[in-house]
Amino acid sequence: MPDFPLFPEQASTFAGPIDALYGVLIALSLIFGGILPFIILYLMVRYHRSQKADRRNQPEGSLPLELTWTIIPLVLVLAVFFWGAFLYIDIRTPPARNLEIYVIGKQWMWHTQHSNGKRENNELHVPINQPVKLIMTSQDVIHSFYIPAFRVKQDVLPGRYTTMWFEATKTGEYHLFCAEYCGTEHARMVGRVVAMSLADYERWLTTPGEIILPDGSAGAGGSGSTLIPSIGDPMALAGAQLFTSLGCVGCHRDDGAGIGPSLVGLYNVETRMQDGSLVTADENYLRESILNPGAKTVAGYANVMPSYDGQLSEDQLNQLVAYIKSLSDSGSASTRLSNDQIAGVVADELK
Amino acid sequence: MATTALPSRGYLEDDTPTVWAWIKSWLFTVDHKRIAILYLLAINFYFLLGGLAASVVRIELITPQGDLLSSDLYNRAFTLHGIIMVFFFLIPGIPAVLGNFLIPLMVGARDMAFPRLNLFSWYLYMIGGLFALSAAVFGGVDTGWTFYTPFSSTYSNSNVILTIAGAFVMGFSSIATGVNFIVTTHTMRAPGLTWFRLPLFVWSSYATSLIIVLATPVVGITLLLVAIERIWGVGIFDPALGGDPLLFQHLFWFYSHPAVYIMILPGFGVISELISTFSRKRIFGYEFIAFSSMAIAIIGFLVWGHHMFVSGQSVYSGLVFSFITMLVAIPSAIKVFNWTATLYKGSISYRTPMLYALGFIGLFVIGGLTGIFLGVVAIDIHVTDTYFVVAHFHYVMVGGTIMAYLGGIHFWWPKMTGRMYNEVWGGISALIIFVGFNMTFFPQFVLGYMGMPRRYHVYPQEFQVLHVLSSAGSTVLAIGFIIPLIYLTLSLWKGKLAGDNPWDATGLEWTVSSPPPAHNFDEIPVVTTEAYAYPPEAAERDAAAWRPGSPL
Repeated sequence: MPDFPLFPEQASTFAGPIDALYGVLIALSLIFGGILPFIILYLMVRYHRSQKADRRNQPEGSLPLELTWTIIPLVLVLAVFFWGAFLYIDIRTPPARNLEIYVIGKQWMWHTQHSNGKRENNELHVPINQPVKLIMTSQDVIHSFYIPAFRVKQDVLPGRYTTMWFEATKTGEYHLFCAEYCGTEHARMVGRVVAMSLADYERWLTTPGEIILPDGSAGAGGSGSTLIPSIGDPMALAGAQLFTSLGCVGCHRDDGAGIGPSLVGLYNVETRMQDGSLVTADENYLRESILNPGAKTVAGYANVMPSYDGQLSEDQLNQLVAYIKSLSDSGSASTRLSNDQIAGVVADELK
Repeated sequence: MATTALPSRGYLEDDTPTVWAWIKSWLFTVDHKRIAILYLLAINFYFLLGGLAASVVRIELITPQGDLLSSDLYNRAFTLHGIIMVFFFLIPGIPAVLGNFLIPLMVGARDMAFPRLNLFSWYLYMIGGLFALSAAVFGGVDTGWTFYTPFSSTYSNSNVILTIAGAFVMGFSSIATGVNFIVTTHTMRAPGLTWFRLPLFVWSSYATSLIIVLATPVVGITLLLVAIERIWGVGIFDPALGGDPLLFQHLFWFYSHPAVYIMILPGFGVISELISTFSRKRIFGYEFIAFSSMAIAIIGFLVWGHHMFVSGQSVYSGLVFSFITMLVAIPSAIKVFNWTATLYKGSISYRTPMLYALGFIGLFVIGGLTGIFLGVVAIDIHVTDTYFVVAHFHYVMVGGTIMAYLGGIHFWWPKMTGRMYNEVWGGISALIIFVGFNMTFFPQFVLGYMGMPRRYHVYPQEFQVLHVLSSAGSTVLAIGFIIPLIYLTLSLWKGKLAGDNPWDATGLEWTVSSPPPAHNFDEIPVVTTEAYAYPPEAAERDAAAWRPGSPL
């Protein structure tokens, strides 16, 4: 072993700040955990029963001392708390414009799909210097998407979306781990994250490969062993086709004259519900409304939509959500329809 | 050698004519001291079993490939290790053995408030243990000790129900013990033994019992719900059935975080006794130590969400749980500082229990400080579910609870058995455990920050050096645990007679014979002094009496 590193590689914008905070915590710990043992050792030797020492006037307690060693640690942990809190809020607040990639976890592999339809198994290609937002769900049990070099981790839950964002800073290959125990082959639910320059990423994005769809996804035809080209239709386009074939379009008319509300401009907008509450129409709301429409009905519309629970794979749900998001002007890079457009937008963002 | 007969009529003796009657006299005893011994035997058996499972795990991890065990077997091994150690060793450990033995003695009572309930709790423990053991024998369980849903409720095809039944039944054993401690402390204190004259071990056991009684029912119900979903497919936690997978984590950690304090608080009590005795002076800041136990018990109920920072809970709950987690560090720090201050101007002796106590402080400080790392969400996101967490909770559980358990066993061994153990071996094994422990678990902090996830059976090559180091350390640690087993057992026949008070300690338990008579006190004592009432000149006298050749 040539080197003996104590830190993993720093390959995202979070890595530096998190390592800095970690370093400060180690330093503070050394002050307490490093000095205290020496005090104890000193007292152990100084006041060992074999030692002549002044043992008169033993103190039984001291309020000033108690206050000192209550207040100083309290101030220190609160300082650390606030520092960590601001960093945490950063880590959990993706920038408005970002590249969205959909992730599906299943026992025991990762399946990702880029907005132009390109799919990957146990790999994730991302451009550097570009905020990337992962929209993740699981087909079975809880998994956790973990990239140590980026210092990011997020549990991936069945039945809902969780999101995570990062901005890679260094090209290279990094570990991708499942961090939440998920059964027999948990330790083999690993892969790699490939961070590339934007130009390389665009080239990669438009090059077809072959990929195995996750079980139960559209067109897989049962066994899941079907090999299909890794670039299918762009996600929003696939979603649009589903939107038509499932008959959604009959009620959710763009002009708002249908039985259901128009979905144009809905994404990420606060919407008034039947019960008077305000709900932000985020990915999880869209998902819930497809699978369980009666849970939160938009004000002014009757609860007449049938549930699509059990009729859609996670893959298809992702495509529908991507399509509905593409109906909003404020959408991010990934909501554009064509490969060329997405490449263009990504390039625009770089200016 | 003064190894002839023990003082007559100790609780260990009886005039049963036949072997069967003798067995019955133990299995149907309602004497809290005998029940403590029953627990001691059972709990140590489970400790060895859990340790065996840990050894298998550590051997497998020497190489990055899975060469010794299949992934299935590996998952079953670490699950067995976790379940046995948490539910059948750490949680009942100190309360059921030392608490049962000592609390009536310490409060000047002839037995627990409910002696039959006490025996019943041991049977519940044994039944729970049998369930868990049979689950292991019939193929094991692979959910991890955390039973996360929907894996445990729907996907795992191992013996989840049997194991859950074991933990469920064990929970009632804990509750029975907790109720007994609370009632005993409230109603059976000797005349004059006011709350602030109680030994700190009683205080911490009392705080522990409150947590046990309030929190254990929650995990019982939760495990029951998992079983209901598993057997009848009722949608509670599995979203495919309409359930919520995070609901399980909230319920589970609502118990299992306080459970960490169930494990460590009694340890704090033991350490307070040891430090005071072997410094030959009153404990520093008695009230602060007592109240910090209560503070930990209360705040400990409000921090469960820090196990779920990456589970998908909102940023607001993350911040709130992080903040409260920071606060819980303070009472723990207060205890450590007060123990340190107790050493000042004492007359310190390095007897085996004291070595464990000092080891406890060292390891607990590291465990506590790394707990702050994990409480800071930004860092937790990176290190949660890695070996960093594994190292942290072993520093608290093994470095804390087991050091205190062993320290307490050594300290009260003369009282329990009437005999002294071999002091030299005692010191050696305490040192071996301290060194072996650090070798095993310190590398895991580095592993975790490097990104090595926990519960991995195969791992990337680059982590191997640290894993080998850790496995080597675990061998040393195992040797350290086996040595006391040998010399403590031998001491039962060969040990010197201890006398009533071999350590010159204060406390009512040291005023009765060793081993204590069946009903503890011929006359209920009247207490006129506070705990640890060493005269101001006790330390000076002790040091003055020291001659080369006296015990260190």
